[in-house]
Amino acid sequence: MKINNKTMVTIGIGIGLAASMFACTPKKPSNSGGAAISKNAAEKVYVAPGKHDEFYAFLSGGFSGQLAVYGLPSGRLLRVIPVYSVNPENGYGFTEETKKMLNTSHGFVPWDDSHHPQLSLTDGKVDGRYAYINANNTPRIAKIDLKTFKTTEIIEVPNSGGNHGSPYLTENTEYLIASTRFSIPLPNKDVALDKMKEEVKGTISFIKFGKDEKMEVAFQLLVPGIDYDLASCGKGMSHGYCFLTSYNSEKASTLIEINASKNDKDLLAIVNWKKAEECVAAGKAKTVDGRHVHNELNESTHTVTSATIDKVKMLDVRDCEGALYYAPVAKSPHGADVDPSGQYIIAGGKLAAQITAYDFNKIVKAIQDKKFTGDYDGVKVLDYESVLAGEVKKPCLGPLHTEFDGKGNAYTSCFVSSEVVKWKLGTWEVVDRMPTYYSLGHIMIPGSGSKQPWGKYLLAMNKITKDRYLPVGPELPQSAQLIDISGEKMEMLLDFPTVGEPHYAVALEANLIKDKVKKIYTLEENKHPFVAKSEKEARVVREGNVVHVYGTAIRSHFMPDNIEGIKVGDTVYFHITNLEQDWDIAHGFSIIGANTSELLLMPGETNTFKWEPSKPGVYPFYCTDFCSALHQEMQGYIRVSAGGSSTPLKFNQGK
Amino acid sequence: MSNKIIRIILLGSMILLGLTMVLPLWDIAIFAPQYPEGLSLQIWLSKISGDLNNINILNHYVGMKAISPSDIPELVYFPKLIMGILALGALALLWPHIISVGLYFLSFSAFSLFALYDFWKWEYDYGHNLSPDAPIKVPGMSYQPPLFGSETLLNISIYSYPAVGGWLMMVSFLAVAYILYVKARELWR
Repeated sequence: MKINNKTMVTIGIGIGLAASMFACTPKKPSNSGGAAISKNAAEKVYVAPGKHDEFYAFLSGGFSGQLAVYGLPSGRLLRVIPVYSVNPENGYGFTEETKKMLNTSHGFVPWDDSHHPQLSLTDGKVDGRYAYINANNTPRIAKIDLKTFKTTEIIEVPNSGGNHGSPYLTENTEYLIASTRFSIPLPNKDVALDKMKEEVKGTISFIKFGKDEKMEVAFQLLVPGIDYDLASCGKGMSHGYCFLTSYNSEKASTLIEINASKNDKDLLAIVNWKKAEECVAAGKAKTVDGRHVHNELNESTHTVTSATIDKVKMLDVRDCEGALYYAPVAKSPHGADVDPSGQYIIAGGKLAAQITAYDFNKIVKAIQDKKFTGDYDGVKVLDYESVLAGEVKKPCLGPLHTEFDGKGNAYTSCFVSSEVVKWKLGTWEVVDRMPTYYSLGHIMIPGSGSKQPWGKYLLAMNKITKDRYLPVGPELPQSAQLIDISGEKMEMLLDFPTVGEPHYAVALEANLIKDKVKKIYTLEENKHPFVAKSEKEARVVREGNVVHVYGTAIRSHFMPDNIEGIKVGDTVYFHITNLEQDWDIAHGFSIIGANTSELLLMPGETNTFKWEPSKPGVYPFYCTDFCSALHQEMQGYIRVSAGGSSTPLKFNQGK
Repeated sequence: MSNKIIRIILLGSMILLGLTMVLPLWDIAIFAPQYPEGLSLQIWLSKISGDLNNINILNHYVGMKAISPSDIPELVYFPKLIMGILALGALALLWPHIISVGLYFLSFSAFSLFALYDFWKWEYDYGHNLSPDAPIKVPGMSYQPPLFGSETLLNISIYSYPAVGGWLMMVSFLAVAYILYVKARELWR
């Protein structure tokens, strides 16, 4: 090839262009980004060895199905409470006693997706009795007792196609509300999906915090079949109302991401639950099929019982004038968050760069003055301008969820632009912003959902971590970031990886509950049907092919620790009682080849391990929790003879 | 000193002595790295309360006998001895003479000396009569808790001091001793 001048010029220009393009390549942002870390950040999160954190934070596990307890400000993981997923670590969902906690009308469900923890309220304030959390996939609500940090109750939500917007509490925990994310035909039936639009319905369930503080479905509201999202209930002046966002007013059933995003506005549901209560009391609700399961742990028998309820009360909103109104809301909103005063309801339009604030007083007035612009499936839609308190214009991209510090500030998480935006209630002006890493979902200020937030910290929960920590393969942890909000400017303090997806969280001041936490189960109060309260009561009883071992564990031996006369074909139940009455002295139990998890027994607790030996031989068992100096020696043997053999039943200890 | 004042002091000593029947006499507190909150035993005239089970569990590692209140006859007959001393006190109250006051004082002193010796004896026995099957054997080691004061045994610190009932008993005893002194001085003159 002959190179002439023209070619040279062309090449020259080409190189020049390439070089200039290279020079123009944007600089990679540093990964502390705009989040300036102040010099004393470490001091602010340092909790000295042996000292306690100021807050208990309960972070949902998302797809782990559990609830993780962290201390703040240190970010130390204190405990993972098993809720909706089996937990071989302590036998939850494996032992005979706990299996039933995961019963549903679909049978045993070993997993779920837990999203929104909430704390029980009295007079709108966090009272430290219970935490609640929803199961997103197979609709359920769980109650966690904050004395034992154990799941003590799970109720299934009937007539629901997915329990995302749940559980939201009224200010005295009168009700926990749960709305259906996927609208489905109700009663559910075989319908062609392209004809489904005509059939779909939604429900908003009111779970009563009933007798002995137990959950029961008081009634369900039958509502238009759009997809309900997050919610919160009124407090103070707005007590008696709940507010729910929704999406898919198009009622699309396919390619939802496009087809549910067509309308410029979606709907905020405004539920007057006191009105609905009146209608139910007046007999306007119908009793309909609503098969659901209610499971509860009895703390004296250490055993879960499970009951099925067949019917529920269903109130069609069209039969109860004034129970439900809609207001237009910016496209595809997520949170509907009531501020501590109860006056403002904040909704972010995920797909509209706008945060909308509604004024409760204006809502009441608009309803009185009949300021309606039309109706949606028979439900009146309020005039947007008449209920609007203000709009935060262009705060960020993808405003998702708002929390409050109780000092007149609101903080909104923005998923798309991955930042927290601080703005003022009343003036609606943005005053500060803080980037988070990466893809921020929910944020949490301790006590934000109550009348009295502890406005000191904000926890940002991120979906993606990429390069934030040492890489651990394709599957990475998600993260939480702690931000100091006590000053004018937000200050990034700490970043820590989490268990599962920290979808949402709640927190409370540790002093509220830490001295009430249970240390042991009192042995005298143990009413387990197979308890052995002392070594003298330990024994082995055969009933046909079933053998019950009434066993005990105490430092550092089991009683009995030698058992003979078990035969292939037997089902052996080891009911082991931990005789210890000392704080944090646990014992564990397992046998070689067992097809289940270990037992992990807290002091004074009894739990049952099921074993079906398949071959004759001698089988060792041992304590699986490092209990004492002689833990290694805490072991025993079971002799298994062939089926039909005549080995006599024998058990002993130390002889 | 008038008989009235003597009677008031005697009555006071009896009330204090009577209170020791319903108050703990001695406190034994145990601390170890794993027991930041401590373990404690309260010794009463008629019972032993506190973390008895947990202390027994710890003790069994070094072969100490389990402390079992039903094996301690003193818990039954000590309250009866106190009743007897109180009866002599009542006699002194009705008839405040050096003989009656002397009997009250003598029985009280004899009981106190015996009780202290007996307590020490039990402690010695628990601390020295170790099971030959003990999982942990430390050559030359015994585990007798102190009668009064503190001591460190292996990783465990033990504190042994009178509890409220014990202090009241001492005050009561001093009151009786004082009245005896007053009576003796009167006689001397």
